[in-house]
Amino acid sequence: MVMELFRGLWTTLQEFVQTNLRGPVTYPYPEVKRPLRVRFKGVHELRRYSNGLERCIGCALCAAACPADAIYVEAGENTDEERYSPGERYAKVYEINLLRCIFCGYCEDACPTNAIVLTDKIPPAGYTRESFIVTKAQLLVPPPPGVPGTPQRTTDPSLRTRSIWEEGLVNEPI
Amino acid sequence: MVPFLVEAIIKSAILVLLLLTGFAYLTLAERKLVADFQARIGPNRAGPYGLLQPLADAVKLFFKEDFIPEYADRALFVLAPLITLIPAILIFAVIPFGPELTLFGYRTRLQLTDVNVGVLYIVAITSISVYGITLAGWASNNKYALLGGIRASAQMISYELAMGLAIVSVVLTTGTLQVSGIVEAQRNGWLLFLQPLAAIIFFITGLAEIKRAPFDLVEAEQELTAGYLTEYSSMKFALFFMAEYVKMIGFSALMTTFFLGGYLGPFVDHYPALGVVYFTLKVALLIFLMIWIRATLPRIRYDQLMALGWKVLLPLSLANVMGTAVVVALTA
Repeated sequence: MVMELFRGLWTTLQEFVQTNLRGPVTYPYPEVKRPLRVRFKGVHELRRYSNGLERCIGCALCAAACPADAIYVEAGENTDEERYSPGERYAKVYEINLLRCIFCGYCEDACPTNAIVLTDKIPPAGYTRESFIVTKAQLLVPPPPGVPGTPQRTTDPSLRTRSIWEEGLVNEPI
Repeated sequence: MVPFLVEAIIKSAILVLLLLTGFAYLTLAERKLVADFQARIGPNRAGPYGLLQPLADAVKLFFKEDFIPEYADRALFVLAPLITLIPAILIFAVIPFGPELTLFGYRTRLQLTDVNVGVLYIVAITSISVYGITLAGWASNNKYALLGGIRASAQMISYELAMGLAIVSVVLTTGTLQVSGIVEAQRNGWLLFLQPLAAIIFFITGLAEIKRAPFDLVEAEQELTAGYLTEYSSMKFALFFMAEYVKMIGFSALMTTFFLGGYLGPFVDHYPALGVVYFTLKVALLIFLMIWIRATLPRIRYDQLMALGWKVLLPLSLANVMGTAVVVALTA
């Protein structure tokens, strides 16, 4: 029994020396954040093309893939005057319930246009359940600098049918 | 008479101030050291390296509601923290912090008073503080507190015997009850090497006496919420807390005095001030040892505590006293 006591003391002493030599294993959190893994899945965002059009076409494949039923998508029709995304439809309503979301990333895999992406941002805290339902306005990233946002006016007719934008298809801001 | 009084007042004022600062920073030191043992950072928010943490804690405790439960025995409830704290501080009256030295042209001993039955005084005073804890447990009128108080009294009784006998071996070896005499008797070698068994028993029983891990079952959080402390808040709680840490310093000081040669060390006769340094270092080492043990060992069970006290430590210390007595009688 006595030997075990000393073995325990030896173990903790080693830990003590290690901490003093190499520093603690914890981080002083708000100042120093723990480095995230490369494939960390955090809160979602909706991406845009380089010309400012939204990638999301409102197909709701993400909602179908979601095992937690956390995504709600309502599609709207793009018109030539008010174009949000390439192709016929865009996401009029796009909501994610972060309390339901399990951050599995299946939505990311399901998305045909790479619109929804899980970032390395840690989901925020909130005071009400409602505050955890993030809307499209919160999810959508701002357009690249110097590029107009959505809606835009259609100038290239091929945008009416093609759901994926390629370089060269031009649009004009409203 | 008057110079003696003035000297005593100045010395005790310095002593109490040192103890209170020591207590405050010991809480921080313990948290920091335990953090090191657990590979954490520890308190670092209040001031650089968390150095202002004790101040923040003190301010917080002052502003907490001072709550007395409705069915508590008010008088005893208020008295209990004092009965616990005062003996803890009183022990320091007879502990020599250094040898005689000349300060501002005044020759004095770094000891409040050198009673010729200092050891007896220490044993008597340490026994009082258990009353405070038991009364606190009883006066709170709370099941957890009462259980904590009962545990405290049982624990103290089982360990005080063995502790007293360990001190008896020290007294037998040195042949004096005067604390400074015990220190001076260790000039040729620490009692730790002469009385290793007594030293070990004294250390273990001391841990139990001051309710440090692994003998902290008086306030075992998992079973008794906080034991006798459960109903205490604000400064009353702080007084108990203070008593606990002052006892920790006090016990280390006693261990240093009895077994580690007190203020003795190289060159202490030429530079008496070095004695204080040696004394502080030895006390700090023992406190580190206690924190180290706290960070390592799990709490022992109530029956194990009793069995260890009555079936192992008491017979061992009795045998040690007998052996010491025989050796002293033969060599005298």
